[in-house]
Amino acid sequence: MDQPNFKKFGMVIDLDKCTGCGACMVACMAENNVAFREDETDKMLSISWMRIYRLTNGKAFPNSEECFLPRPCQQCEGHHGHSPCVSVCPATATDYDMKTGIVSQIPTRCFGCRYCMASCPYHVRQFNWWDPVWPEGMERSLNPNVSVRMRGIVEKCCFCFHRYQAAMDQAYVEGRRDLEEHEYQTACTQACPAGAIVFGDLNNPGHAVHQLAQPDPDREGRPRNPKAFRLLERLGTNPKVYYLTGRDWVRKAGDNEVKKS
Amino acid sequence: MDSVLIPKGVERCSIGKFALFIAVVGAVLLWGVVAMLLIYIKGLNQTNMNNAYGFALWIWADLAVIALGGGAFFTGLLRYIIGKDELKHIINYAVLIGFVCYSSALLILAIDVGQPLRAWFIFWHANVHSMLTEVAFCLTCYFGVLTIEYLPMVFENRQIDRVPFFHHLGHNMHATMAIFAATGAFLSFFHQGSLGGVTGVMFGRPFGYRTGLLIWPWTFFLYTWSAAAVGPCFTIFITRITEAVTRKKLVKDNVVDLLAKIAGWMLLTYIIAKIIDTWYWAAVTAPAAGFTLMDFYSNNPGSAYGLWILIAEIGLCGVVPAIMLVTPNIRRRPAALFVAVTLAVIGACLNRWVMVLQVQAVPVLSFETWFTYFPSWQEIATTILPVAYGIILIALSYRYLPIFPQEQELNPIEGGK
Repeated sequence: MDQPNFKKFGMVIDLDKCTGCGACMVACMAENNVAFREDETDKMLSISWMRIYRLTNGKAFPNSEECFLPRPCQQCEGHHGHSPCVSVCPATATDYDMKTGIVSQIPTRCFGCRYCMASCPYHVRQFNWWDPVWPEGMERSLNPNVSVRMRGIVEKCCFCFHRYQAAMDQAYVEGRRDLEEHEYQTACTQACPAGAIVFGDLNNPGHAVHQLAQPDPDREGRPRNPKAFRLLERLGTNPKVYYLTGRDWVRKAGDNEVKKS
Repeated sequence: MDSVLIPKGVERCSIGKFALFIAVVGAVLLWGVVAMLLIYIKGLNQTNMNNAYGFALWIWADLAVIALGGGAFFTGLLRYIIGKDELKHIINYAVLIGFVCYSSALLILAIDVGQPLRAWFIFWHANVHSMLTEVAFCLTCYFGVLTIEYLPMVFENRQIDRVPFFHHLGHNMHATMAIFAATGAFLSFFHQGSLGGVTGVMFGRPFGYRTGLLIWPWTFFLYTWSAAAVGPCFTIFITRITEAVTRKKLVKDNVVDLLAKIAGWMLLTYIIAKIIDTWYWAAVTAPAAGFTLMDFYSNNPGSAYGLWILIAEIGLCGVVPAIMLVTPNIRRRPAALFVAVTLAVIGACLNRWVMVLQVQAVPVLSFETWFTYFPSWQEIATTILPVAYGIILIALSYRYLPIFPQEQELNPIEGGK
């Protein structure tokens, strides 16, 4: 949907700037009350809305290179809002918001069938295998704008949607119907010390994300910037997270390719 | 002691022997119940599922038992709608097996969801685009139909039949059974199909994704077709096991032969369609997503999902039993028939296994590796639980209800009773 008044919030992550420090992950967990356990050894049971992958070019020293790839929810649009996870949820516990382009998750609606997890190729959807238990005193530092989630349901990154709601409330109070670019920014964007994460409205030519990714509306948002790519472009998930890099091997790692013999 | 409950003209083992059998199977059932309670009380952390394996052993078991329970709807369709009258001698058992399979599927689903108390949301907040919604509605309705089909058998119990109300109710239900058979076939087409659609629509998972017709991926039709093919095979498989356990012939050969022949032709046509689907997927659909066939089968530790699984599913457990079943000289040999239906049953289970488990195992992001999973004892116990329940229900039904109409004729009692 590209109606002029509709937003399409998205993210551009410059992989050549990311140092893999993990500040985005920490900020995300604190902002969104993401639960953790005393023993987080098994990462397949951990919840991290923002996860950093470490990629290598597979070459031996001195030609070896590595790249850190932060992976929030890709906020897929699919075709007309039929993102991989939204279309499969049997209880409408997740929704594609045409006005913002954000894939929501309703914790109190989810009954934990995990079909969305099976459908998501990016593994952004994670399950609450346990009830959250906070270290003593920490419950006082939880974000009051984000509800904590209980055992047995799925959760994921929602581009800090509560911040959008708060910013819109403020704008309404001030008699405005629109936001400035800086008024709605995600926690990970603000926490990144390298400035590798840029967030904004992909439909707005004045926003940095639009200028960096240069999404082509006639080709379902494919980037026109030759340095930009999206993860698993071929699948048709039509994500709204773009990655920037000047390194060929990193761009190639973003998708699968049938090798010609 | 319980002789007044046993149908007239048939022989059953002593109550002591029967009680011992039930106690042994009941112990297994109890083990499953303990695991189920642990899962309900402590949550799904009792399983070995993880964020990569959102679907695992239970969903496979669900899909498998529903496919195997397909004998009820397909035999009902053949008997009541197409008019294959001989099948009236095996339809009762097909319905009972279907009832066991579907009630097991519902039980497993109830354990599988993270928030069981919210399970009704699937009906209340239904998303019409979700294949799982279609599964839930059709499955629940069809379980209702199976209950209606099973109840007249219960009413035929010697003591219950003496109550005029139940006698007439059972009689009238029998008279209208064609309507329920047709309803069952209609519902089964959609829920078997939508189970196929569960994986087929996942366009983010190239191993499972299929193109298709309108809103339905090809797996939609393949699942219905395969259930119609292997459902009757499973009915024959369980019938033969029951005959071995009771040491009695319970169904005449011509009845089994007819069902086996039809199942054989269904299996043969299904496997041809499956081969075409696999070829199209490997040559067109998967490469469009950036994958070759061997990306799905190689480079995985221990070759748990090596190419052997595809060969076993389509060749050994598809083509081979199909040819065996459509060849009269082979299927009329009891041992060969048993081998053929066993292979067909394994083939359907393998198909459901890869479409649930392998879909999760295959890495999609180029920088991820294969995901591994082995079920916890709680998952295994709760998967065996419905098997134990099924054995008990079949044992009780066999002992107290006239399930096999030909039993008396095939096993005359000396001097009569």
